Amino acid sequence: MNLQAEREEQEISSARLLRDDPKFAAGKIAFFQYAMVAIFLFLIAGFWDLQIRNPQVYQERAQQNSIKAVPVLAPRGKILDRDGRVIVDNHSSFSLLLSRDTLKMEHLKPIAEGINSDYDALVSRVRRFLRRGTPEYEPIIIKEELTPAELAFVESHKDAETFPELEIIRAQRRLYPKDGMAAHAIGYVGEVSEAELNQPEFVKFHQGDVIGKDGIERQYNDILMGVDGQRRVEVDSFGHERQVLEDKEATPGKDLQLTIDLDIQAVAELVMEGRKGAVIALDPRNGEVLAMVSRPAFDPNLFAGRIRSKDWKLLQENPDRPLFNRALQGQYAPGSTFKPIESMAGLETGTIDENYHLFCPGGATFYGHYFKCDLAGGHGHIDLHRAIVMSCDVFFYTLGNRLGIDTLAKYGEMAGLGHKTGIDLPHEAEGVMPSTRWKNRLYRQKWYAGETISVAIGQGYTTVTPIQIVTALSGLAVGGIWHTPHLVRDANVPPARQADWNLDNIQKVVSGMWGVVNEGGTGARAQIPGLDVFGKTGTAQVASNDAARLNKSLKDNAWFVGMAPRQAPEIAVVAFFESGEYSRYAAPLVRDVLKAYFDKKVRLGQFQYANSAPPALLRAPGPESAAKPGGN
Amino acid sequence: MPVAPSYRSLRDFDWPMLILACVICVFGVLQIFSATHDTKWAGAWWKQIVWVVAALFLMWIVTLIDYHTLLGQVPALYIGSIVTLMATFAIGTRVFGSRRWIGVGSAHLQVSEFVKLMVVLLVARYLSELKSERLELADLLRLGGLVGLPMLLVMIQPDLGTALTYLPILITGVFLAGLKWQYAATIVLIVAIVLPAGYFFALKDYQKARLISFLDPAQDPKGSGYQVIQSKIAVGSGALWGWGVSKGSQTQGRFLPVPHTDFIFSAFAEEHGFVGVVLVLGLYFLLLMQILQNAQTAPDRAGMFICMGVATVLLFHVLVNIGMVVGRMPVTGIPLPLMSAGGSNILSIFLMLGLVNNVRLRRFVN
Repeated sequence: MNLQAEREEQEISSARLLRDDPKFAAGKIAFFQYAMVAIFLFLIAGFWDLQIRNPQVYQERAQQNSIKAVPVLAPRGKILDRDGRVIVDNHSSFSLLLSRDTLKMEHLKPIAEGINSDYDALVSRVRRFLRRGTPEYEPIIIKEELTPAELAFVESHKDAETFPELEIIRAQRRLYPKDGMAAHAIGYVGEVSEAELNQPEFVKFHQGDVIGKDGIERQYNDILMGVDGQRRVEVDSFGHERQVLEDKEATPGKDLQLTIDLDIQAVAELVMEGRKGAVIALDPRNGEVLAMVSRPAFDPNLFAGRIRSKDWKLLQENPDRPLFNRALQGQYAPGSTFKPIESMAGLETGTIDENYHLFCPGGATFYGHYFKCDLAGGHGHIDLHRAIVMSCDVFFYTLGNRLGIDTLAKYGEMAGLGHKTGIDLPHEAEGVMPSTRWKNRLYRQKWYAGETISVAIGQGYTTVTPIQIVTALSGLAVGGIWHTPHLVRDANVPPARQADWNLDNIQKVVSGMWGVVNEGGTGARAQIPGLDVFGKTGTAQVASNDAARLNKSLKDNAWFVGMAPRQAPEIAVVAFFESGEYSRYAAPLVRDVLKAYFDKKVRLGQFQYANSAPPALLRAPGPESAAKPGGN
Repeated sequence: MPVAPSYRSLRDFDWPMLILACVICVFGVLQIFSATHDTKWAGAWWKQIVWVVAALFLMWIVTLIDYHTLLGQVPALYIGSIVTLMATFAIGTRVFGSRRWIGVGSAHLQVSEFVKLMVVLLVARYLSELKSERLELADLLRLGGLVGLPMLLVMIQPDLGTALTYLPILITGVFLAGLKWQYAATIVLIVAIVLPAGYFFALKDYQKARLISFLDPAQDPKGSGYQVIQSKIAVGSGALWGWGVSKGSQTQGRFLPVPHTDFIFSAFAEEHGFVGVVLVLGLYFLLLMQILQNAQTAPDRAGMFICMGVATVLLFHVLVNIGMVVGRMPVTGIPLPLMSAGGSNILSIFLMLGLVNNVRLRRFVN
């Protein structure tokens, strides 16, 4: 019974064992274990690969992810006038940067659309930076002066998943005077160009730097340009700053004080309104330039950031060449303004004296050619003084012929003709003071005596720049001392050149120039009652090939160089027009600028006109100068 | 079946398993805190603790009820699951474009996570009640159909990731039950044909994108490819020792997507390095070994199938989630058991551990 029961139980349990024995799958569970071990090893291998074999790669990428280097742009120094008034200022704006390390080219299209930029221009710009091989951490500025709408676009798209390469920085943008005031003297800034970067003197700049391109901005770039700083910040995936890792402040550029007097400059700008030419005022005692105007002018604000190619093209293709600084780049025949220098040559060499005179019949024949005098009827009997006053060509033909070209050249060069004045501005032209050597060197031809006759009245090969002629004549007038003209107050000015000219001879020439203004001479319109103004007019023919090139009828260029006071000249002004229909206005322009200078001195109590009632201005000074009394 | 007296249940409780699970949970809570303390999910770590405590309570309840009783309720559980899954289409909360969640009070529970529990029981009961020693084709097809229905419902939520977690339970069960190799070969062949077809006709665009970005993350750096790249950067930059708690720039800078849920292990790897990774993976391994141990000592086939089902679910989750973190598995959006923040995940895993414990407690009682 027991046995039976046991057997039954065994049967039952064996049946149960078949179905319920958990051990039946033991081998398979072991297999499962092996699979498990394999899976864990597979996972560990994944971590080994990332964390042990090359963690640097990922650490670097984590850093790129989260660390943004943003430049802190240094503001350029301000440019001030001689009284400390601001001529060139900065204003705050926002610029858009592209970080290079997170940059994706395919993002450029939507970005260009978002900030209203030209896609192709943007791509070529980015390509240029990539080609240059500038360091990865240096971002690319792709847009300046962001509008609020563009700012909003950038702010909402600069997160890690959209356009992580976008970053906004505050920039100081150049703010130039309106209407191109003093534009040529001050110049403008611009982004350093590809061509410039290939030149050795630009090696210190980086792609994207904004540097002075012309004028004072270029000449004194090292002073005006600061040193950019850098901020390295940790950001989250939305581009928000989490922590500042490094904050190297920018060193702002230094302010620069010019010798320019805004009051004089304003009047000089005003008198040149609508004309083509140049006006320069300077102090012959030290070479300080008080005003410099070249017309037509341009608006430097167009350049303040990156100029749009359309604007640049317009400026480049304008036949009036507004970018051209006529005050020191324009080379023109000096005409009769050369005569005072020739007079000095005559007196100093003893070829003539003040008593020497000749008869002017209205023309004369030299070497088989007939040369006309300025005055058709002739000047009759005429001496040096009257010859200067009336600008008698026959007198100076004769004098020049007697002196010979090389003596003329010697004295011309002593006065600075044919050489750069050395003014602290780029692109100054040399002009031409012809001589036998000059002609031989340039054309491999001998000098013909007949050519001297043209040179004697400031024509022929002779050319000068306005800055040259005003420096030459004013240096003569202050006793044969030529200070290098300059626009910056504490500029490193080379020492003045000096000629050992007889002061009596100088007085004779100055007396002639005084007569030009005050004895019914050619510059009578420059007269200022109560002030001894002196100067010299000039009318110069435009060389015919120039006229053909410009496709214009031949018109004379007009000059006037005026100085005051006669006893101790402290200001010299040159006015020059490119086409002669205004020639009769040259002297009054100089007069207005001189008057502005002395009126200001009167206001400051530093000067008194000889008679107590100074006459009203022929041309009222501009509102700028009226509104701004002298700075101190 | 007699119910075990309580003193025995306490003494025979699988303490190593429970402690391992809780230690992993602690790592999870710490990592959730580290990854979210200055974000809008700042309270997630606290919620997670609440969930764990609730889950331990539920686990205890599941342990008290004999698993045979539970197996007896499989038909009811099955019908309930199908109905609830269908209900999610009607009343479910839409999150990220898919209806997976059902509101319970203020919490949202992901129904498909709990259906997993039912699938484990279903497979265990079906395979333990087989008449023959070997699995016949008819049985296989019937069981496949039973598991396939809830899978399909989850798949069209759409939530392919979770749906796929049901499949390994079936495969492990069938493997353990003993499948003829001819059947296995046929199935592999069919799958090989159906899978590519399914890619073109059944997968949604985002699923295709995920698959493509898994194969080549750089091609799609914005979508799931971006997530994988950021995850790999996070893991890699952690190196041997990691950056330390709350110091990982990928996690703290929010470059890492969802660093407290799906990508929690990548945040952990960044801040604790290879050493931390090996430690936690070791804990998972020990936990799984403990469950396998319970499978081997189970009193009957049903208990063994339950334990192995649970082990399979855990292993599959760990493989897919951590594989994704190191870029060796596609982005499927399935959470890391016990670590990822989220109530459904915690509750369902502890319920499953409760089942295992349940089996263990009854090993001497028959």
